[in-house]
Amino acid sequence: MRIKKKWLVVSVMLAALVSAAGVYLSRVNIPLLEPKGPIADKEFRLLLIITGAMLVVVIPVFLLLAYVVWRYREDNPKHGQYVPDWDHSRWLEGLWWVIPTILILIVSIITWNASYALNPYRPILTNKKALVVQAVSLDWKWLFIYPAQHIASLNLVEFPLKTPVHFYLTSDAPMNSFWLPQLSGQIYTMAGMQTQLYLASDIIGNFTGRSANLSGVGFAGMQFSARSVSVASFASWVNQIRHHSPRLSLSVYRSLEKPSTYVPFKEYSNPAKGLFNDIIAKYMTPNRDHNIRLIEGIGL
Amino acid sequence: MSHSLISTFGGFLGRLSLKWLPHDPITASGAIMLAAVPIAVALFITYTKRWKWIYREWLTTQDPKRIGIMYIIIAILMGLRGLADVIMVRTQQAVSVGSNHGILSASHFQQVISAHGTIMIFFVAMGLMFGIINLIVPLQIGARDVAFPFLNATGFWLFFAGMALINISLLIGDFSATGWLAYPPLSELKYSPTVGVDYWIWSLEIAGIGSLLAGINFVVTILKKRVKGMKLMKMPLFCWSVLGSMSLVIFAFPILTVTLTLLALDRTLGMHFFTSGHGGNMMMYVNLIWAWGHPEVYILVLPAFGVYSEIAAVFSRKKLFGYVSMVWAIWAIVILSFIVWLHHFFTMGAGSNVNAFFGIMTMIIAVPTGVKLFNWLFTMYKGKLNMKTPLYWLIAFVVVFTIGGMAGVLMAVPPIDFQLHNSLFLVAHFHMMIVSGVLFGYFAGIAYWYPKFLGYRLNERLGRYAFWSWLVGFLLAFIPLYILGFMGATRRLDHYSASLGWQPLFIVAAIGVVFIILGVVLQILQLIVSIWQRNGELKVGHDPWDGRTLEWSLPTPIPAYNFARLPEVSTRDAYWNAKKVKYIDRRPYEDIEMPKNSPLGMVIAGGALIFGFAFVWHIWWLVIVGLLVSVFGLIYRSMDEHTEYTLPASDVKQMEQMRASGGGI
Repeated sequence: MRIKKKWLVVSVMLAALVSAAGVYLSRVNIPLLEPKGPIADKEFRLLLIITGAMLVVVIPVFLLLAYVVWRYREDNPKHGQYVPDWDHSRWLEGLWWVIPTILILIVSIITWNASYALNPYRPILTNKKALVVQAVSLDWKWLFIYPAQHIASLNLVEFPLKTPVHFYLTSDAPMNSFWLPQLSGQIYTMAGMQTQLYLASDIIGNFTGRSANLSGVGFAGMQFSARSVSVASFASWVNQIRHHSPRLSLSVYRSLEKPSTYVPFKEYSNPAKGLFNDIIAKYMTPNRDHNIRLIEGIGL
Repeated sequence: MSHSLISTFGGFLGRLSLKWLPHDPITASGAIMLAAVPIAVALFITYTKRWKWIYREWLTTQDPKRIGIMYIIIAILMGLRGLADVIMVRTQQAVSVGSNHGILSASHFQQVISAHGTIMIFFVAMGLMFGIINLIVPLQIGARDVAFPFLNATGFWLFFAGMALINISLLIGDFSATGWLAYPPLSELKYSPTVGVDYWIWSLEIAGIGSLLAGINFVVTILKKRVKGMKLMKMPLFCWSVLGSMSLVIFAFPILTVTLTLLALDRTLGMHFFTSGHGGNMMMYVNLIWAWGHPEVYILVLPAFGVYSEIAAVFSRKKLFGYVSMVWAIWAIVILSFIVWLHHFFTMGAGSNVNAFFGIMTMIIAVPTGVKLFNWLFTMYKGKLNMKTPLYWLIAFVVVFTIGGMAGVLMAVPPIDFQLHNSLFLVAHFHMMIVSGVLFGYFAGIAYWYPKFLGYRLNERLGRYAFWSWLVGFLLAFIPLYILGFMGATRRLDHYSASLGWQPLFIVAAIGVVFIILGVVLQILQLIVSIWQRNGELKVGHDPWDGRTLEWSLPTPIPAYNFARLPEVSTRDAYWNAKKVKYIDRRPYEDIEMPKNSPLGMVIAGGALIFGFAFVWHIWWLVIVGLLVSVFGLIYRSMDEHTEYTLPASDVKQMEQMRASGGGI
């Protein structure tokens, strides 16, 4: 009787905990479970498929464990048969070598295909031309350069909805990881190197992105906003910046290079020509002090 | 005036100066507590006039049983420090929201998380592992000693020196703020100019060489020192798992040593292996460190699997199920663990085929691991489950490890990993694997083998309370992190915006840590109460669990030479079967060769500690002094041809008779 009471108390507590968690989770935004773009959506579906496949093995393990622990407890009056010398069975062992192998084989095929289909470098198939954005992780903020629009923005990236956005990424700081969970997975940004990432948004909305790789004391503040807007309002945003925002000259860029934390949004017109490539190139020259263009500001 | 004094000594003491003493109250109180422990111990030994005894019986010992106990004591103390770090991290993340920036500065927070990871892996998990291996392996294979006792002792002292160096960083200077694996370029001089990363490098360099030495010793011990009749396929499974793990040590730790050396060259001599510019490549470091780091996970977990295998059989009073499968599963894991390292950085931007290859290799590891799980379950099936704490840990392990493993398979799929990489989901995953797979395993092992060495059991009721506090706390601390990962929370954040809605989950995780602290307090209480009750109900004979392997055949306390007469073995569960036939061994005693005590392992490691400390602070003359001490110790030892002594058969006989009559040791 006492034991039953104990289990009752435990079950009530568990139920309370689970329902509290349920109420809480229904009221907050869980980006990974609420994808808003084709890439994140496919990644989420893949997550569901693989989880389902894993449960094929995991659920039997749990059921078996519960059964064995209940049935074969020494103090269970309904104790099962005790066979102390039974130590192998070709059939059973074969079963749990083979079934997980088959399962992993299936999951491997899915993985192989998904690894190609969701390679971040792979363009999103659509008849719309992709918007090119060059992203640079700095100490400790994100700079987004729009080479075709001749604008740039800090800690803010805006793009039209249902249009592929083709990011080129690098770093002018320690390594960071670009992550906009509601629209796509991550890619590293590394000094002297360039990575790429495609994403798109299906809806108009504001999303939060951040760096996912520790990059120094300002790391926690490396958060940026992504705005997916209508085509018309994107055009007017670009126009607005072009005419009213300060220029991103090399000297302005050099001031951005300096470490700063929790930096608010900022918009710039006319980024210095070839800035993104120069940022990569300055780590590739034998001695970065000799990179004349960035250091001495030739071409301003 | 004082400034000029310091700068005068600047050359003599390198970068070292008084300004590096701790300033802020949290660090200062931590440093004082840390310094108080060795000082209190030293005073106690002086007061009780035990220095000679400590030196003779412990500091210079070559006996793996004593070395094992020293490993475990260090690991427990370091575990408490790692837990203190956890408390700070969880407090910070629970309160540092919006306009509140919490109790720690960003830099301090990052030092704390780096110290937590480094200490828990290198000085807690590794310490517990080597402790239990030292205690158990020679006994299980029927050996009187390890193959290379001096090498083994030196390995322990190098581990101790590494541990000392990481703790000195709290007293003077700072610690690495770059995460537990110190990725460049953040860990390069340009972005981390202080001594923190150097402390990290040299602490791990020294401890890592110690691990390599210990690994070599145990591979040779298992291969060459088994008792007559114990073919490889008749070894207890724990020994198989140790053989697998130590083989990994031999192949993996040299990679760590080289990688750390290259980073040290970058930082000290201005080289460019991993820098951003000048031809350096940070991803080379990331590849190298994980080429060590992934096998390291299996180095830690395999011996714990071995512990679980022993416990499953003994506490089910049944033979281990699928022994041969288990052995093959271990070796499958050993081989596969070397071809999965890239799954730690799918987000680097490698091609689809590279990512897919490493992802699939990673998933394949789930097969042998799953086989092991099923074999443990079927060991219990048709057994008679003796529901004691070790079995509780095993059952909790099966549940937690399966959930964590499922998360692991998810992250092995590259496109899913793009979303989960470096998120708190990852943090939850690897804590579920390492805490349940490694820590719970060694807790179970300690509860299981404790009476073998001390002659009394640990208090069962308190052990069970501790278990439940741990399990509840652990689930409360980590399940919220899975959800936080889905919510876009990354690891290592010292602050976040209130609008993200993360705070309630961080608070739940902090409550979980309160339960874990309760569990730890109960474990300490369990130890104290058990010592208190050691002559009462907890007192047990030499075989309290109805054991199956050779260590339970030995008397408790175990004599220094372990086996007065070497047993002969013809089956797997050697002692279980021996008990059935009631054979009385009447063979005459023989002379026993025993290693002499030697302080030189301690001297060599002491030199390494001086070397490391001096290198951190660029005190070049002291670097040379440290190096000379180590080299001198090594040469002196190699000249010594009398490293063993013979215990004559007559003495063995006398000691055994004394024991039989209830007197003596």
